[in-house]
Amino acid sequence: MPALQEEKPIANPQDGAAPVVLRIDGVTKRFGPLVANDAISFDLRRGDVIALLGENGAGKTTLMNILFGHYVADEGSVEAFGSSLPPGDPRAALDAGIGMVHQHFTLADNMSVLENIALGTQSFWKARFDRAGARRRIAELSGAFGLAVDPEAMVASLSVGERQRVEILKALYRDAKVLILDEPTAVLTPSETDALFHTLKLLVGQGLAIIFISHKLNEVMAVSDRVLVLRSGKLAGERVTAETTRHQLAELMVGQEVTPPPVPPVVTGPSLLVMEKVSTARRANATPLDNITLSLHSGEITGLAGVSGNGQAALAGLLSGTETPLSGSFTVQGNQVGKNWSPAEALAGGIARIPEDRHAVGTIGDMSVTENVIAERYRTERFSRAGFLDWAAARKFAEEIIADYDVKCPSPEARIRLLSGGNMQKLILGRALDPEPVIILANQPTRGLDVGAVGYVHGKLLEARARGAAILLISEDLEEILALADRVVVISKGHLSTPSARGQRSVRELGELMAGHGEEGRAA
Amino acid sequence: MDIVEILFTASFWVAAIRIASPLIFATMGELICERAGVLNLGIEGIMTAGAFAGWFTVYAGGDLWTGVAVAALAGAMFGLLHATLTVPLGLSQHVVGIGVTLLATSLTYFTYRLALPEVTSPPKIEAFQPLPIPVLSEIPVVGEALFAQTPLTYLAFVTVALVFWVLYRTPLGLAVRAAGENPSAVEAQGISVNAIRIGAVMAGSALMAIGGAFLTMSAFNSFFFGMINGRGWICIALVVFGSWRPGKALLGAILFAAFDAYQVRLQQITGGVVPYQIFLMMPYALSILALILVARRATYPKALMIPYQKGER
Amino acid sequence: MRLEAKPSPSLVVTLVYPVGAVVATLVITSLLVLVAGASPFSVFYLVAKGAAGSQFALLETLTRSTPLIFTGLAVAVAFRARLWNIGAEAQLYVGGIVTVVLGTGALPLPSVLLIPIIMAVAMAGGALMLLGPAVLKTRFGVDEVVTTLLVNFIVLLFVSMLLEGPLKDPMGLGWPQSSKVIAEAQLPRIIQGKRLHYGFVIAIVSAVIVWVIMKKTALGYEMRAVGHNPQAAGFAGIPVNRVLMKTALLSGGLAALAGFSEVSGLKGNLTLDLSPGYGYSGIVVAMLAMLNPAGVVVSAIFVAGIFVGADAMSRAAQVPSYIADVMVATALLTMVVAILMTRFRIRWK
Repeated sequence: MPALQEEKPIANPQDGAAPVVLRIDGVTKRFGPLVANDAISFDLRRGDVIALLGENGAGKTTLMNILFGHYVADEGSVEAFGSSLPPGDPRAALDAGIGMVHQHFTLADNMSVLENIALGTQSFWKARFDRAGARRRIAELSGAFGLAVDPEAMVASLSVGERQRVEILKALYRDAKVLILDEPTAVLTPSETDALFHTLKLLVGQGLAIIFISHKLNEVMAVSDRVLVLRSGKLAGERVTAETTRHQLAELMVGQEVTPPPVPPVVTGPSLLVMEKVSTARRANATPLDNITLSLHSGEITGLAGVSGNGQAALAGLLSGTETPLSGSFTVQGNQVGKNWSPAEALAGGIARIPEDRHAVGTIGDMSVTENVIAERYRTERFSRAGFLDWAAARKFAEEIIADYDVKCPSPEARIRLLSGGNMQKLILGRALDPEPVIILANQPTRGLDVGAVGYVHGKLLEARARGAAILLISEDLEEILALADRVVVISKGHLSTPSARGQRSVRELGELMAGHGEEGRAA
Repeated sequence: MDIVEILFTASFWVAAIRIASPLIFATMGELICERAGVLNLGIEGIMTAGAFAGWFTVYAGGDLWTGVAVAALAGAMFGLLHATLTVPLGLSQHVVGIGVTLLATSLTYFTYRLALPEVTSPPKIEAFQPLPIPVLSEIPVVGEALFAQTPLTYLAFVTVALVFWVLYRTPLGLAVRAAGENPSAVEAQGISVNAIRIGAVMAGSALMAIGGAFLTMSAFNSFFFGMINGRGWICIALVVFGSWRPGKALLGAILFAAFDAYQVRLQQITGGVVPYQIFLMMPYALSILALILVARRATYPKALMIPYQKGER
Repeated sequence: MRLEAKPSPSLVVTLVYPVGAVVATLVITSLLVLVAGASPFSVFYLVAKGAAGSQFALLETLTRSTPLIFTGLAVAVAFRARLWNIGAEAQLYVGGIVTVVLGTGALPLPSVLLIPIIMAVAMAGGALMLLGPAVLKTRFGVDEVVTTLLVNFIVLLFVSMLLEGPLKDPMGLGWPQSSKVIAEAQLPRIIQGKRLHYGFVIAIVSAVIVWVIMKKTALGYEMRAVGHNPQAAGFAGIPVNRVLMKTALLSGGLAALAGFSEVSGLKGNLTLDLSPGYGYSGIVVAMLAMLNPAGVVVSAIFVAGIFVGADAMSRAAQVPSYIADVMVATALLTMVVAILMTRFRIRWK
């Protein structure tokens, strides 16, 4: 459409006058029986900010991976600036001016910012890497878009916010005209998020088009011109942001009225797990805990809110038995935790653990469902005698869990790797909750699950609460914590805030705490 | 001779540098592979194949440098086999590496027997001769040790400089180092991780093969069975010891070779009081010791031994 | 190109690919035979005949398979827990050393006592050989592949030292070999006058025991869990390091039995060529068996047959017997690809 190609610096995307920079036409992608993307079509215009909204597992990331050439679509095509993109070729996508900021950063820690940005931009046949030229260009770009970062710094030493700036610079360095951001705020504090939004405005002002992938409604409302809602791989609807409401979008996203689970009041019982002034050792890539105090009570869900990477891993490790306290006092049901604290000890102490990463930590992918469900209890009398395993009992147990927890799987002998995320999580839930534990650690229990599975997991946690379990719910999703937790604690840089009862602090106040502001000197 | 005096003799250092040369080639080769994220346990077999290929080319009437080229090519081919199985197919680098070593070794022995069915004592070739560099080689001790060696030894040192330059000063080197640290960083910039890794393993294997060829073309002048004798495994230890840096690995190889040259002389001095096997064990024991010493603070390339699948993070 | 997990493979699929691997191996080695100027069919015929064509050939193959069953089991057990024991060669020699140290008259006991004692001590020796690398792996993070490989060279030199020193046979005419073990320390022959000895029976029994351990016991379950995903196993409360230690002890012990059975059942004394690489061939045996203890017996006999048959073939045809080593190494590589194909589907886009 040559007629539309004329320069229009400040075009109103809604009037259809700005040129189309990207056209997705009937893209379908299947993984085995699962249809991850079902005939998705849309246009992106110059200066346009489209939000791609959807639940986890709705197909957003798959679509972007097709766009960027990581996956090849089974049907459909992608057109950039009027010419079609060859499928499965990230290089072609980059050359066409598509830049992507992945959810998990794609940076090499052993190299400097400059090296990461310029990687792959100079010919491999060159005998010398042009460092000075790269430095000049990075300085220009970071000046123009307010993306301050030291080009000589090693990436390993950068904060999360800085890393994201490097990712954006990487795209700009390659003259990206279309910028795709996949869940860019998941790892940012509220103030870093504000800075990101400011940068995005500058970029749009320069004529870039942006696809902003998120499942957070308030961000989508704040940043986009148009919203595309994905649901179970299909395009469920398209709305102009200014003409829609959060409520409408939420309905489109989940396909029904969203009602938070009813949380009946429960009488809070005694403390079952108490940490006083606990610190943990410093480790690579993880914030240690610094002098924290926390107690979990029977019949109460304690929600731990915070931006990822602020010490959640260390706290979860303490409860799981994979981390030992460096100092302070840590008691489980009145027993002091000692030097030989281990996962086996944690289990013996009545702690059930739902780990954050169900693929790498929660399950052994190449072992069967049966072998996985007995992993925490194979040495008990129920499953073994004199060192010999009772496979009949194990299989019976697996069948019980499959039935009780509504797991869809071909047979107890199937490799657990073949199960969907939701079914895998139900099995882990079954394994953890079957012995009726008194303490439960639920670390990101619903991440990546579809709406049905999320509701199921929440229901099970509330059931456990009703029978008097003390639950620690760690989540990066503030909405999940607000819906379930009787008490909210915020973690930031290894410190814990004082707890607040349900509804006591506003979302804004919690956000401030997550960013590490406020409560100076009061932190317990 | 006194056991300390040895250290100040030119002949000792000449021997040390000569012993170091094949190790330098093979260590650089392994370093390239590992920097790209692939542990290449085919090294021992690839060195065997290289030793034979280089020697046999010359034995069959080829030029010495043609022999080196043929050895490198043979190494690159085994590297291609290794990389095909471990990179796109993502098979266990341990098992495939051992398999490549077994295959390269047995293929070499098979070919040797096929080509020379009746030979009992291995034939010698006209090998590389020392090529003293004017002026420099006249510097006492240091000059003799470094500048009165064969051309292949000079090539070993040039290789270290080249590997350093490529890894740290060229756009290609950036991609190799990134592939061993975080392959998704490479993929995201439109570069094929598989291509980088396969290329690195092939180039590295070629260097290993030249290391093997050094033994037949610049040291023993003939090929015999079992001649690599664990040198490949020692080079793997040297890469760890050198923290995956060419300069440090070079230093490690020379230190190691000096120790090896020293134990041979010590063996002569002690003259039968201590069993000679004790001395022969030392290089292997030393390698294990070196691994233990550096293991705790070793910073492995983060993606070493982890296969990469496109679009998976 | 990408790999996709296949649903649980049927029995047919699990067998089709390994058979395919063997066929691919034959095709590849045929090319070498052609290069050598012989006909692949007649060479393979001669190999097969040399391996199983007569009672003598068959017994020889079974005799040769005995040490391979032990080393194959050792590797299978270790690899299951992803403990990369490439040191079966060293552990085998330690078994041989123990056998001649205790079996040449130091312990004047009847067979029923002496042989079990030798076996137990040999296993303990082999176990300790692997315990070192296992401790270095769990404590210091030192890759056990490199350490076990290096230990192989050290142990072989140690054997050489013993054979020229304390264990040297005074009647050996200067050859580096030990004295013969006494009659009470010898494993009897299964058929009088033939070379096949009771070591083969012990090997079969060992395979059954290992099979029971892997399938039926908590330890076997722990080993598999640790091998598949150490992080998840540790999280579930399985003591990963302790399991690796136990694995090392079992694996090293099994490999040492190979040395014991070769000395006590076949050779009678310890020499530097007790093993023509049985420790390394054990890796191939274990991989061909897909780490299954029962399969190890079959694949050990298969591999032994190739070696025995190739020896006979090379005497008849002008093809070097190293073709057997090439076949075995090729089989290892084709087999790992075959195992991959049973579990994953390769998609080319």
